[in-house]
Amino acid sequence: MDLVSLSSTMLYSAFVLYLIATIFFSATIGKKRKESNKGIAGKIGITLTIIGFIAQIVYFITRWIASGHAPVSNLFEFMTFFGMTIVFAFIIIYFIYKLSVLGLFALPVALIIIAYASMFPTDIAPLVPSLQSHWLYIHVTTVSLAQGILTISFVAGLIYLIRQIDQSVRSKRTTWLEIILYSLILFVGFIVTTTAFNLMNYNATFEYPSGNNVLTSEYTMPAIAAPSDGTLITEDVMQPWFETPEWMHGVDAGRKFNTLIWSFISGSIIYVLLRLLLRKRIGAAIQPLLKGTKPDLLDEVAYRAVAIGFPIFTLGGLIFAAIWAEEAWGRFWGWDPKEVWALITFFFYAAFLHLRLSRGWHGEKTAWLAAGGFAIIMFNLIAVNLILAGLHSYA
Amino acid sequence: MNKIKCECGHVNPEGTVLCEACGKPIEGNQHIEGNDEKKLLNMRYDGTARRSQTYNKSIIDKTWSFFSSVKVGIWLIVLALIASAVGSIFPQEIYIPADAVSRDPAIFYEERYGIFGLIFYQLGFHNLYGSWWYMILIALIGVSLVICSLDRFVPLYKALKKQKAKRHETFLNRQRLFSETEVVSGDEIQKVKARLKKQNYKVRDEDGHILAEKGRFSRWGPYVNHIGLIIILLAALLRTTPLFYTSEYVWVREGQQMVIPGTKGEYHIENKDFTIENYDENDERFSDAITQEGGMVPSNYQTDVVIYKAEESSVPGAEPELKTIIEDDIRMNHPIEFDGYTVYQKGYQLNEFTNMSFKIHETDDSNEEALGTFTIDLTAPESEYELDNGFRVELGQYYPDYYLDDNGEPASETNFPRNPAFVLMVYPPGSDQAEISFLGIGKNIDATGENEYKVGITDFEMHDVSGLSVRKDYTLPFFGLGAAIFMIGVIQGMYWQHRRIWIRPKKDGLLLAAHTNKNWFGVKKDIEKAISDTNIEMVDDQQELDEQN
Repeated sequence: MDLVSLSSTMLYSAFVLYLIATIFFSATIGKKRKESNKGIAGKIGITLTIIGFIAQIVYFITRWIASGHAPVSNLFEFMTFFGMTIVFAFIIIYFIYKLSVLGLFALPVALIIIAYASMFPTDIAPLVPSLQSHWLYIHVTTVSLAQGILTISFVAGLIYLIRQIDQSVRSKRTTWLEIILYSLILFVGFIVTTTAFNLMNYNATFEYPSGNNVLTSEYTMPAIAAPSDGTLITEDVMQPWFETPEWMHGVDAGRKFNTLIWSFISGSIIYVLLRLLLRKRIGAAIQPLLKGTKPDLLDEVAYRAVAIGFPIFTLGGLIFAAIWAEEAWGRFWGWDPKEVWALITFFFYAAFLHLRLSRGWHGEKTAWLAAGGFAIIMFNLIAVNLILAGLHSYA
Repeated sequence: MNKIKCECGHVNPEGTVLCEACGKPIEGNQHIEGNDEKKLLNMRYDGTARRSQTYNKSIIDKTWSFFSSVKVGIWLIVLALIASAVGSIFPQEIYIPADAVSRDPAIFYEERYGIFGLIFYQLGFHNLYGSWWYMILIALIGVSLVICSLDRFVPLYKALKKQKAKRHETFLNRQRLFSETEVVSGDEIQKVKARLKKQNYKVRDEDGHILAEKGRFSRWGPYVNHIGLIIILLAALLRTTPLFYTSEYVWVREGQQMVIPGTKGEYHIENKDFTIENYDENDERFSDAITQEGGMVPSNYQTDVVIYKAEESSVPGAEPELKTIIEDDIRMNHPIEFDGYTVYQKGYQLNEFTNMSFKIHETDDSNEEALGTFTIDLTAPESEYELDNGFRVELGQYYPDYYLDDNGEPASETNFPRNPAFVLMVYPPGSDQAEISFLGIGKNIDATGENEYKVGITDFEMHDVSGLSVRKDYTLPFFGLGAAIFMIGVIQGMYWQHRRIWIRPKKDGLLLAAHTNKNWFGVKKDIEKAISDTNIEMVDDQQELDEQN
């Protein structure tokens, strides 16, 4: 077996192992089960997680050897690595706090991110000159590690919110919590739609003007939104319903916008089905299962993860980034959208720490802030690459 | 100043909340930290007298109080955060793409993004990060950093230096972690002390009053990291002066040697060769990805250069001698450096025309036998060319980068010889009547149709051009220093905690209390270890979160 297929097999195995581990972690909560059984389930869960993590490391190393450069150079590789650092951060935090319930939420987040990553081109691509630097590995791995740790803060905060928010009446807080859960489901929607249309081998080609050139855009999903001023070339496929607004710019803006619409449609369908099935808010449905968790411990994890992750983020996302930018472009800071959003992340977590340490924002306030921080991280990872054009938009 | 003397004998400065020595709450000052409303003492800055909380009369007091507030600091951070985010909605002025209809921001934003783009431009967001109000916002954060730090650091430092192991009873029982044990033996206390020492606590014993402390240095973390940030902000200020920072962009043709701008004529650069390389599309590893990219993925941009230094000639007034100091290649991620300057590979232009050679022949000569030849150096065209056999050619018009403009008039798109075209006035020998020819790549037009002589292109040479950026930046060490200090401070403050455990004898037993600035689980674990298999009661956490549950 050659390295590339070994590498993808390993990634696939890691994915499956994380999935099974999640199931074991789900057996660590609830009222009916015996404590001893919960302990065993937790141990199996973490063991599987570690084996999965090792499998993913093998994926990483073999792909590195096969391509000749660290596999963190396009959206697929980077997001996959991000999933890996989430698992790594979870393993570390698990051994500090022995908190199994964290796995029940952290692993699905990692799973969603890895699945999301694999929706993008997975071919091994050569490094363009601007990325040919050992700072690529240093910068990207530290940023990603920091983001993985900060994600654990979000996970702990999310569990805290589900556990603590009063679900007996509908309130602003229950609504916001549902929005968080709904956003996670949108990713599932994206994965489901992409996979479905990939299996159908759907393809529609558009031509659209860009500056003085005419470009083509390959849609792999039925076009709801055509590219701005685009014309459909492929025959016998669905006609677009409307055009992407002109101000959405960037490479393939129309296709990306169309994908976004599909994700919203399918994600919303999944969410509505879940609501109909559960007959209550999703938060309210999960809440009783989490009665056994200690809120103050969750609060501590949500904060501690930021305390650990913030310095690493500063080092990787700002300082290493600046050193590299200085070497590559001769300017250590250039207000590129990705840089701006790294600064925003820095500001946000700086405010988070000041609010907690100086103004005594604990518990629920910390949990909401942890969720806000995660939203900013995801925005920087996904939206900045796909929407705001910049030096980092390699996907 | 109204000093306050505590019953333990220590004299505290005005505005002290908890006695610096024994920790007893000072009457009349408890409202400052809100201790009067709660059972637990607010231990944030150890109840020290902070200027901002003590004086509030003059305008200076009020300004000081304003900037020393963490609330104000956080607001400034949040404002900077929101402003930065808004500025990233559309590209900044420097990132207006090259293929835009117009790179003039007054046109670009409205043309591409409609009404929102117009608003974005008119509010100055297109150059947000250099705008005066963004600068002021960052400067205010700087002021806040300095004042916040001074307001807290100085008194906190003094208080922690002056603290006694002997603490007042109210100080202990109003700590978050507290327990009281009725009967404890001396041996047990010794055991606890030994174990605390083993856990790297510094243990002080004053007449049976014990203070075990560790990680005090982590309390300075925030102030250290703020110093780092202030150095970074000062470095950014220095960078606006040409003394510390210069940046130039220069185009150098292959074979050309020129003075490097911004070096006061001291350094020269010669472009030996520019190369662009692509990945091999037959490379098995990358073939799929390369096909997807359209078959061309660059692997290297490189300029081979020689850098010369001009040395004063021994003869006054003579041309300086050029001494080779570097012969190297400049690539992406591989700039070259010399004497404080750094040269980066930034851009390129392939296939510009270096020169063009022409011949003149009779219009109806089917063999096109040359009556005379001449060559135009496109980097330095002359206005007139005298040919050997008496012909004279005047360069009537020269379009380096020829195109037809909107009015159908010939014009030059750029000043670079990428698509040269000429209007030539040919004067046959002995005549002062010119024949006019228009020549370009693939074009040879005789406007009147009556020319006796025709001009034809016989040969040309081409070259590539490298775009190089030349920087001098003496602020980098300051940024590095600031960043290093910031990281040290953050790690110092975040990865260590300041833990204190107090033991106060009471009759046959003792009071046990503990405080940490963060990570309460950690200090609880330390106490558990220290008091295991003794009679001492484990501390209660008097402030559990979310009591309603």
